[in-house]
Amino acid sequence: MRDALGAVQSVLVLGGSSDIGVAIAQKLARPRGASVVLAGRDAAALQAAAARVRGAGAGIVDTTAFDADDVDSHGELAQKLFAQRDYDVVVLAAGVLGDQAAAEADYREAVAVWRTNFLGCASIAMCVAQHLRRQGHGTLVVLSSVAAERVRRSNFVYGAAKAGLDGLAQGLGDSLVATGARVIVVRPGFVTTKMTQGRESVPFSSTPQAVADAVDNAIRRGSEIVWVPASLRLVMAVLRHVPRVVFRRLPL
Amino acid sequence: MPAEQHRLLTGWGRTAPTAATVVPLTEAAAQSTLKNPGERGVIARGLGRSYGDAAQNAGGVVLDGPAHAMLRAFDATTGVATLQAGVPLDALLRAMVPLGWFVPVTPGTRFVTVGGAVAADIHGKNHHVDGSFANHVTHLRLATPAGERTCSPEEDPDLFWATLGGMGLTGVILEAGVRLLPIATAFMRVDTERATDLDDLMARMALHDHRYRYSVAWIDCVTRGRALGRAVLTRGDHAELVDLPGRPHRAPLQYDPHTRLTAPSLVPSGVVRPGTAFLLNEAWYRKAPKLRRGAIRTVASFFHPLDGVRHWNRMYGKSGFLQYQFVVPFDREDVVRTAIQRLTAARCPSVLAVLKRFGAGNGGHLSFPQPGWSLALDLPVGTGDLPRILDELDVVVVEAGGRVYLAKDSRMSPEFVPVMYPRLSEWRAVCDRVDPDRVLQSDLDRRLALRRGRWKEP
Ligand SMILES: Cc1cc2nc3c(=O)[nH]c(=O)nc-3n(C[C@H](O)[C@H](O)[C@H](O)COP(=O)(O)OP(=O)(O)OC[C@H]3O[C@@H](n4cnc5c(N)ncnc54)[C@H](O)[C@@H]3O)c2cc1C
Ligand SMILES: NC(=O)c1ccc[n+]([C@@H]2O[C@H](COP(=O)([O-])OP(=O)(O)OC[C@H]3O[C@@H](n4cnc5c(N)ncnc54)[C@H](OP(=O)(O)O)[C@@H]3O)[C@@H](O)[C@H]2O)c1
Repeated sequence: MRDALGAVQSVLVLGGSSDIGVAIAQKLARPRGASVVLAGRDAAALQAAAARVRGAGAGIVDTTAFDADDVDSHGELAQKLFAQRDYDVVVLAAGVLGDQAAAEADYREAVAVWRTNFLGCASIAMCVAQHLRRQGHGTLVVLSSVAAERVRRSNFVYGAAKAGLDGLAQGLGDSLVATGARVIVVRPGFVTTKMTQGRESVPFSSTPQAVADAVDNAIRRGSEIVWVPASLRLVMAVLRHVPRVVFRRLPL
Repeated sequence: MPAEQHRLLTGWGRTAPTAATVVPLTEAAAQSTLKNPGERGVIARGLGRSYGDAAQNAGGVVLDGPAHAMLRAFDATTGVATLQAGVPLDALLRAMVPLGWFVPVTPGTRFVTVGGAVAADIHGKNHHVDGSFANHVTHLRLATPAGERTCSPEEDPDLFWATLGGMGLTGVILEAGVRLLPIATAFMRVDTERATDLDDLMARMALHDHRYRYSVAWIDCVTRGRALGRAVLTRGDHAELVDLPGRPHRAPLQYDPHTRLTAPSLVPSGVVRPGTAFLLNEAWYRKAPKLRRGAIRTVASFFHPLDGVRHWNRMYGKSGFLQYQFVVPFDREDVVRTAIQRLTAARCPSVLAVLKRFGAGNGGHLSFPQPGWSLALDLPVGTGDLPRILDELDVVVVEAGGRVYLAKDSRMSPEFVPVMYPRLSEWRAVCDRVDPDRVLQSDLDRRLALRRGRWKEP
């Protein structure tokens, strides 16, 4: 159970080898030695992630198979996971960046990005929400992106999927009011992780630890939307009103 | 009969809400939900005055006690009242004080139920003389998953002592026999004095508490330095007829407490902050007389001053607050000082800090009181390093041979429970006997693993 000061006892990370997901699990597990389950595709990467989470002071750390793209398996997977224990926090961190140029050349590239980032994530989010509602408590943390707030020319394939997921997560959060469960939508800017490896860091970039701190804070305070860094909220409040003719020419 | 409702519940601290199906507590409802509990079990709830999650059951059933509750019978020769568990002490006092009877133990609020008083084995300002609630309970009737049970110190004593302090996890209390205290008036004869610092306060309490039935000290938790622990000590007894002015008094047993104010429902978080806490502490200390003997006060103003403001817990705003209450043995006064020092140094403001000397404990497996000093601090959540400081204080308390009060807890680490409550395994054995399938469940139990190993291993 989450306690009065926000410490939690069990965490599930979907996309368990994600750098951001691991950082969040480490941060949340520390105070009470929470048990953690890392769910993902790559068994070796999950083992490595599990070692990092254990090293941060988690209690029992398990790994399990999860493929966001295999939506037919999601119902059963959620059923199996929640039959074993309650989860105080579920972090949805699976995602791919995709290749915008390739997607513009071949629509199937784009579909693959949407399959993982929207369809897969939305599907597992729905399954998880049902179990959180049933258990009467718990927080679903959805990794959206600053890209969702206003879709940009330079990565609209990824941005569109995140915009869809962001909207879904907000609606889901509203549907869970008074059920004891809740949803936190996280909108980071550029984060230095393996997803962005090799790319040039941009203004307002941050680290997985900064995202984890912000999520931890949001759980304690009951916030619904988290920007990382927090200043992005103001930046985007301005940017979202910039006229399209101007916006599409901005070097973003 | 009001239908069942699905709703969010919290304790008095208004932290960590969870949702449950709330069903009015009747004997039939208790029996049927215990028989067909659903996968997330059942817990009883009184007036929700425990601070944390003791009377919550996320996703499960919560049996709401006060919905249908009454005083069943009263025997004026023995003073024993037979009460339904949902009866609020407020209702009991209103019914019995005019007849010359008082509750044997009252907490700092009269808005608790008999069921809650039993399940937490509550203590009052008279612990050093009269012990806790359990010492005045003659029998209990419980609905358990294994069937209805009656227990007392003579009949099935294990179940009796597991239930007193058992936080509702041994069964749904349906009825309790409680021995009331005869009184001559509805007034208190009260001595008030100011102590200049913690040593002065503890010396005064140790020397003279035994002369009074009731004793409690309010400590200023904001002032640091030499005056750390300056306090107002109030002690008293039930007034006799001769104590009342204007003899013969017109209505010596008249009792009609009322709430005068209601706290607004939308208070922003942080109204209680270091600054305001300072002002409140300062005002309270200055208001108290340096020394005043034999003042006559009403029962309500002596025992339940906070009940004058309905929903005062809302003053802590949306993020809520918690109470940290521990007891340490008499030779460990230093822990009381450490706790106050660390919290004031970290500017975690406490508006209310209450110090009390406990007398002997009882046979309750998880009963909180043991001989020593008990300190209770109300603390708004979301200030500074509170989580870490409280975790560190837990260690200090445990090492001193003390414990934290489960009815107030909302944040402790489960690893300390077996150390603080060494009779935990006896208690678990009784739970296993009356509830082998673990139908009785609460958020407190989930958080502190009171019944251990709840989760199936993956
Ligand atoms: C302002 C204030 C001052 C306080 N002062 C004191 C004090 O001086 N001393 C002290 O000891 N405590 C004190 N308390 C704490 C309070 O007395 C206890 O938490 C008490 O248990 C609350 O009773 P309740 O009816 O509100 O029960 P709840 O808070 O609703 O429930 C408390 C526990 O009792 C169980 N329970 C309730 N009814 C039943 C039932 N019918 N069958 C089985 N289990 C049941 C619940 O499952 C839960 O575990 C204070 C609380 C407040 C808010
Ligand atoms: N990094 C940033 O700048 C940034 C900014 C905003 C938002 N985000 C979002 O934050 C989340 C975490 O990203 P990150 O930065 O931590 O990157 P990351 O380390 O690459 O993590 C993404 C994880 O998703 C997993 N994944 C990909 N496809 C999957 C699928 N079909 N099924 C299951 N798991 C799958 C990947 O695991 P495998 O490939 O090993 O299976 C990988 O571990 C993502 O949703 C991302 O979009 C990132």
